[in-house]
Amino acid sequence: MPLILDPNIDDADGFYDELLAAHHGLTKAESDALNARLILILANHVGDRAVLRQALEVAREK
Amino acid sequence: MGPGLRADPVSFRLYPYARVPDQDAPARRHAVVVVGGGPVGLALALDLGRRGTPVLLLDDNEGAGQGSRAICFAKRTLEIAHRLGAATPMLDKGVVWNVGRVFHGEHQVFEFDLQPETGHRNPAFINLQQPYFERFLVDAIRTAQAEGAPIELRGGNRVTAMTQEADHAALEVTTPDGAYTLEADWLIACDGAHSSIRDFMGLEFEGRVFEDNFLIADVRMTAGFPTERWFWFAPPFEGAGKSALLHKQPDDIWRLDFQIGWDIDRAAELAPEKVRARVDAMLGPGVEYDLDWTSVYTFQCRRMRRFRHGRVLFAGDAAHQVSPFGARGANSGIQDADNLAWKLDLVIRGQAPDTLLDSYCQERGSGADENILHSTRATDFLTPKSEISQIFRDAVLGLARRHAFARSFVNSGRLSEPCVYDDLPLTGADALTDGPARTRPGAACVDAPLADGFLLDRLPGEFVLLGLNAPLPDLAGMEGITLHRLALDCATDDPTGALAARYLGAAAQAVYLIRPDQHVVARWPDAQAGAITAALRRAIALKG
Ligand SMILES: Cc1cc2nc3c(=O)[nH]c(=O)nc-3n(C[C@H](O)[C@H](O)[C@H](O)COP(=O)(O)OP(=O)(O)OC[C@H]3O[C@@H](n4cnc5c(N)ncnc54)[C@H](O)[C@@H]3O)c2cc1C
Repeated sequence: MPLILDPNIDDADGFYDELLAAHHGLTKAESDALNARLILILANHVGDRAVLRQALEVAREK
Repeated sequence: MGPGLRADPVSFRLYPYARVPDQDAPARRHAVVVVGGGPVGLALALDLGRRGTPVLLLDDNEGAGQGSRAICFAKRTLEIAHRLGAATPMLDKGVVWNVGRVFHGEHQVFEFDLQPETGHRNPAFINLQQPYFERFLVDAIRTAQAEGAPIELRGGNRVTAMTQEADHAALEVTTPDGAYTLEADWLIACDGAHSSIRDFMGLEFEGRVFEDNFLIADVRMTAGFPTERWFWFAPPFEGAGKSALLHKQPDDIWRLDFQIGWDIDRAAELAPEKVRARVDAMLGPGVEYDLDWTSVYTFQCRRMRRFRHGRVLFAGDAAHQVSPFGARGANSGIQDADNLAWKLDLVIRGQAPDTLLDSYCQERGSGADENILHSTRATDFLTPKSEISQIFRDAVLGLARRHAFARSFVNSGRLSEPCVYDDLPLTGADALTDGPARTRPGAACVDAPLADGFLLDRLPGEFVLLGLNAPLPDLAGMEGITLHRLALDCATDDPTGALAARYLGAAAQAVYLIRPDQHVVARWPDAQAGAITAALRRAIALKG
C-alpha cells in the first residue's frame, strides 16, 4: 500500500488539537522526547518499510 | 629473550623459540607461511595442516598474549573448531550463557534469552578468555602434528621485512639469534590490526574511528552475580561513563567494561586506585575481588579494500577490524580461516585455479562489510552522534521498558552470526523453491541432531553431496576432488524432525551440494549428475 497523502483522519481539527494538547506545559526537551516516542510508536504501527521510506522522503522535502 | 626482539609477556608459553636449520641456510622456500599466531593464524595453520598442505607459522611472541581480549565465542566458531578437533576443551572450559539484561540508569529495560532452538551440538555462545582459545588451538595442532600433519610453529620469529616477487614472497625474519630469510609460495598475513605485512606493502586500511575509550577490567571474585550479560546505558554508578558491561568468564573472572570518553589520560585511568574506585562503585560495597587484567582500548571499523594481493592474502584483524560490540572480531576471523583453508589447499594441489582465491576476498569481504555495518550501527546507538540521535536513543530506551516493539531498536551489539554468501560467484542456484531460507545456497549448514550424533559431524571438511529422502547419482567427484555422499532418510535419521524442518521445509526430498567449509553450494529437489557437476565446477572457480 503506498503512503497515504490524501486526507485520512476524521475531524482533522480535533486531532490537531489533541496533538498540541499532548505537548501542553512541556519544556522543549520534553516535547522533543515526546515527538521521538510518537514517531517510533507510529512507525512501528505502520511497519511497512516501503511506506516508511516514502514518508521519510516526503518529510525531507520541507 | 636476546637482542633484537621485544618479548611481550605471555599467558601461556606455547611455542618457545628454538633455533632451526633454516637460520643457517640460504633462503628456503615454503609452500605456505602464515604470519601471526593469533586465533586466525592458528586456525588456518591447523586446517591446512590437517589437509596435508605444509604450513609454517611465525609469531613474534612465544605464546598467547597476556590478558584476554575476546571473551565471547559464537556457535559457528565452535562448529569450525569442532571440525578441526579443537572444540571439546573449549566447551569444557567455557561458560555457557543465554540470558542478557539491558539497563538504562537504575532501571532494567528488558532481558533477553539467547536460548537457541534445541538440536545443535554447540551452544549459541560461550565465554572463554582468548588465551585459552589460542591454547586449545595449539593443543589441537600438537595432536595433528603427532598424527603427521605438516605444521611447524616458530615462536620468537618476527617478520621484519617482506617483498613480493612474481611467484613468491621473500621474508626477513628476526629472532633472538639474529635475522634469517625465507621464501613463501603463499604468504598469509594473520598479523593482527597493526599488520606489519600490510605496512611493508604500503596498503591502505581505511574506515571509521569510534571516538571513545573503553576501560576493560577483568576482575577475579567469587561474588554470586549470575552468569548473564549485563549491559547498562547511562550506568548509575559513579565514574562508569556512558555505558558499562558485566560478563562472566571461566576461573571466577568477570569482564567489566566502561565507556569512559574520548579525552582521557590513559595512564591516569589505568592507575589501580582509579580502576578500583570504578569497580567498587559498580559491584557495590563489601565485594572482594582482585584485578586480573586492565587495559584501555579504542575501537575502529575498517577494512582493506582487497584481501588478496597476488600471493599475499590477509585474514582476521589484519584484513578488517570492528568494534567488539557483537563479538564479531575473532568470530569473523575464524570464518576467514575456514573459508581460505580449503581453497588454498586445492590451489596448491593444482586441483583448482588460483582465481578460486579471489572468491575468498569476495566472500569474506562481504562478511566484513556486514560485520562493519552491524558494528557501526551498534556504536551509533551507544554513542549518539548528534542531539537528535540522542533524543531518539533515549526515547527507544524509555519505550523499551514498557513496550516490546521498542526493544528491537535497542542495540548494544548484534551478536555474531555466520555470513551468507548470497549471489556471489561460487554460490549456485536454489532449485528447491520451497526450501527453508536459512539453508539456502551460500548459507553455512545449520546443525541438526541425527539418530546418531549431529549433522555437522558428517560434513568432514570435503565436498559433500547430501541426499534427504532422495537417491544420489553415482558421482564420486571429479579431477581429484573428493565428493562424499551422505544419504539420509528422515524416517529413520531424523528423530526430532529438526533435519526436515531445517533442510526440507515444505519439500518432500532434497539434494544439497555442500562445500568443505560447510556452506551450501546449491540444492535441488532431486539429483541430476549434470547439474551437480556444473555446481561443483563453479564452486572451485572452474569456468563453464
Ligand atoms: C577488548 C576486546 C574485546 C574483544 N572481544 C571479542 C569477543 O568477545 N569476541 C570476538 O570474536 N572478538 C573480540 N575481540 C576481537 C579479537 O580479539 C580479535 O578480532 C582477534 O584477536 C583477531 O585475531 P587475529 O588472529 O586476526 O589477530 P591477533 O589476535 O591480533 O594476532 C596477531 C598475531 O600476530 C603476531 N604478529 C604481529 N606482527 C607480527 C610480525 N611482524 N611477525 C610475527 N608475528 C607477528 C602477534 O604477536 C599476534 O600473535 C575483542 C577485542 C578487544 C580489544
